[in-house]
Amino acid sequence: MSAALGAKVVPLAPQTATAPAHARLRGVTRVFDLPKSTLHALGPVDLDLAKGEFFSVVGPSGCGKSTLLDILAGLSAPQSGTAEFEGKPIQGVPDGVGVVFQEDASFPWLNVRDNVAFGLRRAGMDPAEINRRVDYAVGFMGLKDFAASYPAQLSGGMRQRVCIARTLVMQPRLILLDEPFGALDQQTRLLMGDELLRLWRETSATILLITHALDEAAMLSDRVGVMSTRPGTFIDFVETGWERDRDSRVVSTPHFGDITARLWEKLRIEALKIMSAGKG
Amino acid sequence: MTALMPRSAGTFLVLLALLALWQGLHLLVGASSLASPTQTVSKLASLLAAGEFWLNISETMRAFVAAFAISLFGGIALGIVLGVRKLAGNVAEPILTTLYSIPKVVLYPLVLLCFGLGISAKIAFGVMHGLIPITLFSMNAIRQMKPVYRRTSQVMRLSPSQSAFTVIMPAILPEIISGVRLGFSLTLLGVLIGEMFASQRGLGFLLTSAINIGQIDTIMAIALLLTVFAVTCNALMMRFDRRLTHR
Repeated sequence: MSAALGAKVVPLAPQTATAPAHARLRGVTRVFDLPKSTLHALGPVDLDLAKGEFFSVVGPSGCGKSTLLDILAGLSAPQSGTAEFEGKPIQGVPDGVGVVFQEDASFPWLNVRDNVAFGLRRAGMDPAEINRRVDYAVGFMGLKDFAASYPAQLSGGMRQRVCIARTLVMQPRLILLDEPFGALDQQTRLLMGDELLRLWRETSATILLITHALDEAAMLSDRVGVMSTRPGTFIDFVETGWERDRDSRVVSTPHFGDITARLWEKLRIEALKIMSAGKG
Repeated sequence: MTALMPRSAGTFLVLLALLALWQGLHLLVGASSLASPTQTVSKLASLLAAGEFWLNISETMRAFVAAFAISLFGGIALGIVLGVRKLAGNVAEPILTTLYSIPKVVLYPLVLLCFGLGISAKIAFGVMHGLIPITLFSMNAIRQMKPVYRRTSQVMRLSPSQSAFTVIMPAILPEIISGVRLGFSLTLLGVLIGEMFASQRGLGFLLTSAINIGQIDTIMAIALLLTVFAVTCNALMMRFDRRLTHR
């Protein structure tokens, strides 16, 4: 059946890649202590991110996607299992990891330029180098005309660009994005997807994108991981087989439909489980 | 702010309307109940020309500055502690809100017993009015700060002091300034009420004596002076807020 759909389905077992993984999770679980019970939020999860890969995670709401991102970002520690980035265990936020959140994280008291330069200034970088990097990132994200504007004067999409530019100037080798376009309208989302692809090609960073939009995952990624309901584990990995040089126009190809259908086929079962649990 | 007319023109029109209303009321109720704007201004000018009036102003100002300083620093410090410590904040919030809803003037005899007649009672009464609002606003500023700012400063690997001074402080500043603006007026109110009930000096005392002998123009002149002072300070704080926060 999967052959008919065209998208390649990769075996579930953790792939023993020939090159060492850029980021690696093994048997990672996360349990939250609630006042009267415990909530098994995630895992066990095994994941290998190849260097330079664009990987997306889709899954039903509340399946632990964001927890997975927090663990890779070093914002929370796994209960069990190991998390590594560039061969070293993740303890605290690792150097070389950048995160873009769903919520607008631009600082309203700084103009666009100062927002973008914020992290570099705190790191005490040479001002000439800061200027060079900020000029580049501001230009790259199409913010040149708004460099002196304040976030309150910008649309939601533009503010998210500011946040992406602010992450970009740090030259991260792994970029984690937690539903970065979730609050934007469909057209803006498609265009922002293009920007993200352009950024990915330009920086050759590894990208992990968390999204609830199947089309976004299908269009942007090299590989999509589908997660189950809580406790979230990967139930499928779908290779998209896109060329590196792609953009949002792939949404009109039959292959895009195949990938989306494949993702939905898996996800639908999980989404139904949640609905019936809700009814019961 | 609007395209139709500049902000200053709007302020000017409001002032003009208030003056017209004042003059209209004066004509309606008569000079014995409400002095006219010109009477009030000329009375204020003659008061300001006399040295004795300045002694009363400085007396009120001394009490106010001390009370406001205590409310300001105490309120912000207390608010930050209660905002950071969740449990302490949860316990303190209803207590502070309830305490604040007590009509404070009924406690004034107690304040006088504790602090005696004099400047310390006025300061204490001013602080009773100003401290709690500034505390509550500062506490909520911290509690309601967007969590994503804290996460962002973690992801940028900021040190605790960098995070405090370059992210948290600017993020909570607008809320804190709102609290300070409110605390400012309330502290002034507290000090003046204190002076009105038990004092031999100060603008509040002058006000009470003028009421007792029915000097309507003096009452209005003092009211005008205090209004101009409070409105000017408030406008300065608002301008400070806008310049700093850009929202």
